[in-house]
Amino acid sequence: MVFVSLLLGSNPISPAAVFEGLAHPDRDVGSVVWGSRVPRTVLGLLVGFCLGVAGAVMQGQTRNPLADPGILGVSAGASLAVVVGVYVLGTSSMFTTLWLALGGAAVASIVVFSVAALGRGLSSPVPLAIAGTAVSALLVAFTSYLVLSDETTLAAYRIWVVGSLSGRTLSGVDAALLFAGAGIVFAIANTRSLNALALGTELASGLGVNLLRARLVGLAAITLLTASAVAITGPIGFVGLTAPHVARAAIGGDHRWLLPASGLIGSCVLLVCDVVGRLIGGNAEVPVGVVLTVLGGVVFIAIVRRTRMAAL
Amino acid sequence: MIAVRTARRRVVVTLLCLVVAVGLGLVGITAGSSSLTVADVARTLLGGGTAGQQLIVFDLRLPRVAAGLLVGIALGLAGALTQTFARNPLATPDIIGVTSGASFGAVAAIVLAGGSYSVGAGLLALGLPAAAVLGALLASAVVYGLSWRGGVDSYRLILIGIGATAVLTGITTYLIARAQITDAAAAAQWLVGSLSGVSWASVWPVLVAVLVITPIALAQSRDLEVSQLGDEMSTALGVTVQRHRLLIIVCAVVLTAAAVSASGPIEFVAFVAPQIARRLAKTARPPLLASGLVGAVIVVGGDALTRSILPGEVPVGIITTIVGAPYLIWLLTRRKQRENLA
Repeated sequence: MVFVSLLLGSNPISPAAVFEGLAHPDRDVGSVVWGSRVPRTVLGLLVGFCLGVAGAVMQGQTRNPLADPGILGVSAGASLAVVVGVYVLGTSSMFTTLWLALGGAAVASIVVFSVAALGRGLSSPVPLAIAGTAVSALLVAFTSYLVLSDETTLAAYRIWVVGSLSGRTLSGVDAALLFAGAGIVFAIANTRSLNALALGTELASGLGVNLLRARLVGLAAITLLTASAVAITGPIGFVGLTAPHVARAAIGGDHRWLLPASGLIGSCVLLVCDVVGRLIGGNAEVPVGVVLTVLGGVVFIAIVRRTRMAAL
Repeated sequence: MIAVRTARRRVVVTLLCLVVAVGLGLVGITAGSSSLTVADVARTLLGGGTAGQQLIVFDLRLPRVAAGLLVGIALGLAGALTQTFARNPLATPDIIGVTSGASFGAVAAIVLAGGSYSVGAGLLALGLPAAAVLGALLASAVVYGLSWRGGVDSYRLILIGIGATAVLTGITTYLIARAQITDAAAAAQWLVGSLSGVSWASVWPVLVAVLVITPIALAQSRDLEVSQLGDEMSTALGVTVQRHRLLIIVCAVVLTAAAVSASGPIEFVAFVAPQIARRLAKTARPPLLASGLVGAVIVVGGDALTRSILPGEVPVGIITTIVGAPYLIWLLTRRKQRENLA
């Protein structure tokens, strides 16, 4: 996929030329390859990995097949925080964006999970999905209010909110990488508890899992991973939904393998969608967030249709 | 005896809502950046007043209030229909994808036909509503078709609606991102649901929709009551279930689309209004007329609030969301105790 992503774009370049460009960064072709295709591919890999792992942790924690950072309002929380940042502080640098996205994502995920847990429990999809929808709606309302009252914020926001890999550079990514790395560490630390949680909360605590700690570690992983992804590309939905399902179908439910597999599949999904967006849009490419929302929505519907309602 | 009392209560609540809605409408005419007194408004409405006052009342404030009333009625009624039909208060046009279908149709019309402020009255009166109805019909047909597996389960309907909403919202966002910044600002303003910039041209389609659909919906009232007992029971009691369902859905979709085309999607009205009306009237299912009127009270009241009290003009859709979303969350947290709800 990395190669395909390097090879394809709105400027057709032959494979030979791409390798030539990779080898000689100083030539014309090299500047296209190094200047735009390479960063884009690297970011795609990173963001896809983060979202895939976040989705897997989320679905494991909630035992809910429809959990996804986008559906559950985590991305909306990060978006609102970022918009507040642009509006109040006037900055959109990667570093502040990261911290803001982190705060917003944390608040939103805590609210959504507690609402659903207060109701019928985390594992029934309808309350969880509706809680996510309601919290998202609320956050989006505040976001729209800020955006509508200030045109410069709108200009920055509307480009960012669709979720795109184009025009994103590698500058400032080191900070995001740090956050993502921390998130992955939390996720790895969470794998044993996730495997136990798959048997149900009672059995899990019987097996010696400290439920509160497991939940907190999982929450930290989800928040860190989602926030770093959102800070880089803007909110991209449905990677976190799709990747774990594909991974589970391929290798089964053991979280020690499921998490890395979901991450890698997430990377692949994101790169494929990015390439598709570049190709179908012609000169004006379709942002990857849009491609993913459309494809992912279809996957979501397919999952709902396949699952028996008694099981939901 | 109890039946008589409920019926009387329903009539009283309906009338009360009507009075409050019209009253708020009058208040709404007085509120705004150039202030008029109630006496001024009354005099102008009866044919007096200065030329300036006539301009403000008849060309600016009156269409806005009329649109608010009609949009509220349409949304409240549509919400009552879908909630009753799915026997689930969460099944509102917002959630099952009707609203986003309508928004998609309308935004496509705005973006493809040029800026919404530069389009002529002809497009506003015909093209926008038509595009919204088309989008809403397509979206609901797809959602309903996909939810069909030997009958429609309301939970599956809701979840598939959420998925479809995500897809449509994604495409709509993309259309906005590609538009000119002025068009984008117009479309973004429109998408949160706002009554500012409403003219008579956008009032007529909603008026027609409400006048045509309301009697049809009310005529279905008895069948709706019976259908609460479940499909088999209603068939046994002589309701042609499928035709009745189709009619109800089409009514709800057309009402929603008409409302969306006039004001943009004012969210959560269709969810909240029927629930309030049901509690006021103390009935088992949302009363249709009262739901519509409560919707009108919410929209007109919210709009008057944005113009008179809050600084700047906050679109009314933001107010309804800020009120409605916490209510939905509250309903979800109470779900454990009341399993039949939500």
